[in-house]
Amino acid sequence: MQLVLNNLAVARGGVTVLQGLTLSLSPGRALILRGPNGSGKTTLLRTLAGLQPPAAGSYDLPADSVAYAAHVDGLKSTLTVAENLRFWAEIYGGPGMDLALQSLDLEALAHRRAGELSAGQKRRLGLARLLVTGRPVWLLDEPTVSLDVASVALFAGVVRQHLADGGLAMIATHVDLGLPEAEVLDLEPHRARLIARDGFDEAFA
Amino acid sequence: MSIWEYANPKKFMQTSAWALPWVLGLTLICLVVGLTWGFLFTPDDFKQGSTVKIIYIHVPAAMMAINAWGMMLVTSLIWIVRRHHVSALAAKAAAPVGLTFTLIALVTGALWGQPMWGTWWAWDPRLTSFLILTLFYFGYMALWSAIEDPDTAADLTSILCLVGSVFAGLSRYAVLFWNQGLHQGASLSLDKKENVSDVFWIPLVICIAGFVLLFLTMVLLRTRTEIRARRLKALLARERVA
Amino acid sequence: MPPAGVSGQEEAAGPEEVGGQGMKTLLIRDLRLAMRAGGGFGLGLAFFFLLAVLVPLGVGPEGGVLARIAPGILWVGALLSCLLSLDRLFALDHEDGSLDLLATAPIPLEAVVVAKALAHWLVTGLPLTLVAPILALFLNLPQAGYVWLVVSLLLGTPALSVIGAFGAALTVGLRRGGLLLSLLVLPLYVPTLIFGAEVIRRGSEAMALATPLALLAAISLGAVALLPFAAAAAIRVNLR
Repeated sequence: MQLVLNNLAVARGGVTVLQGLTLSLSPGRALILRGPNGSGKTTLLRTLAGLQPPAAGSYDLPADSVAYAAHVDGLKSTLTVAENLRFWAEIYGGPGMDLALQSLDLEALAHRRAGELSAGQKRRLGLARLLVTGRPVWLLDEPTVSLDVASVALFAGVVRQHLADGGLAMIATHVDLGLPEAEVLDLEPHRARLIARDGFDEAFA
Repeated sequence: MSIWEYANPKKFMQTSAWALPWVLGLTLICLVVGLTWGFLFTPDDFKQGSTVKIIYIHVPAAMMAINAWGMMLVTSLIWIVRRHHVSALAAKAAAPVGLTFTLIALVTGALWGQPMWGTWWAWDPRLTSFLILTLFYFGYMALWSAIEDPDTAADLTSILCLVGSVFAGLSRYAVLFWNQGLHQGASLSLDKKENVSDVFWIPLVICIAGFVLLFLTMVLLRTRTEIRARRLKALLARERVA
Repeated sequence: MPPAGVSGQEEAAGPEEVGGQGMKTLLIRDLRLAMRAGGGFGLGLAFFFLLAVLVPLGVGPEGGVLARIAPGILWVGALLSCLLSLDRLFALDHEDGSLDLLATAPIPLEAVVVAKALAHWLVTGLPLTLVAPILALFLNLPQAGYVWLVVSLLLGTPALSVIGAFGAALTVGLRRGGLLLSLLVLPLYVPTLIFGAEVIRRGSEAMALATPLALLAAISLGAVALLPFAAAAAIRVNLR
């Protein structure tokens, strides 16, 4: 289990935004992506999640190992917290949801509808979903948006536990997560500036 | 030398720039000769009178209406399999031309049908099929114009063209089943030449050649435009990043 | 209240099992969403009902005319009612991020399409089939036509849902995809409409109807077997 990037370039809307990404991430490690808005953090995570093809280069990941968490949490507001979690647990064939509810302090809310939760509570539910997937590679896009200080600490604990269990994580964030052991990757040097590809390069060849 | 070389936009632009005047010239010759011969130098039909002469526009337009869709199907397949941009853009370029031919076939059909059948429109299987074909053209073109990203649009319209072709074929069959119709049989076929006698047949063939060439001219022109527009988009994208 | 009967105990399931289980889970979720507030269940039915009431008001009360056009009206009504809820089929899941997550889940996207189309059919096509005989009363459908009305809708509405799912997959990334969706889907409905209405027409006139019936079934089967692949391909393109 290892996440390996090989001279990877990723494109958004046909334009390459990041290039020359080479790194490897082993179990128990976390990597924090830093870069200004529009630098391609989301695009990189979506590429690694398999939602879009790389613009160039390659990456190596075991099949079916990724749990991706985007800006939106994939929650249905008319389903209860427990129903939402149970759905994703069954879809991913992961472990039960008791631990997830407990870890993110959602037990008391289990039978509330997701639509009645506050923004922060919704976010916690979205993160609890990661635990029920049972997948080792977490790709997280701004996971702490709308979380208060206590919840950020809660979340850092969850990530640390995940790493201790042999998982790995790649996290795009601007906030200090309280994970001093995580490596930080500044995306600035990898931003594609001069060579934009939009798949129509043959017209200029 | 592989034929795919012409799928390179640069090569295509060069070749089409060279070919266009010739194709255009041939188109004009065929159309002028065919239509003049057809309209002025053929006898009136003993039953249908001079209205029969609309055949020189109606039949070629109807043939090209279907062939244009066929060409879109082939170019869409090429895009899906080989990812040549020119192919996808040619499919995009052919759609409005095909739609125009379909509309010409429908309108000339109505003009012909009025004196013949005494009605502008009948739910005859052929007419109905062409009406349904216009719907497919509309949907295809609407999908192209609704999607911003050109490669996404090319992918989705290609999928639609493939699925649409199957359903267009099914519709044709369904419509035949639904109503047997008034329309006369095919106007020309190689083994049953008695359908249309020689006097009408030769100018008709010239007209058909003219319409095929006209289609080719229009598609070449429009594909060149699409390639330029696509290149402009690519340049703007570069500018934004740089 | 967490409903009984669904519990996540399949810990050591193989990939196929996860796929099959995933389809069931997704189906149950979609049905539950449809039944809850704002799920839109019943809107299609209400539309179908309104259509069957409005047409006689527009056409006039003469029984003979209504009887003759009843098969067509009922089929066009079924078609439009199906269309009503199609733009929500994938768009809602796309908006709230579920579609991204489903695409990275072990369940194949083709299975997602099948499960969602099946849920759509259970929520619209099947109820339409069941209430159609009542609406056929309003339209003076001849006695002999009732059986064939139900049979043809039962055979044909699955095709409507799957073809619709394909159209919804094509337009899932678009902000105002609804109108475009009808423009794309309605031409694809033509063969189903023709054969479906033909079955009822022939049935109510006691004519031989084996051919249109077989063709209707063939279209449904073919659409259910093949279109999920096209729809899944379109979703993948749209998620890029």
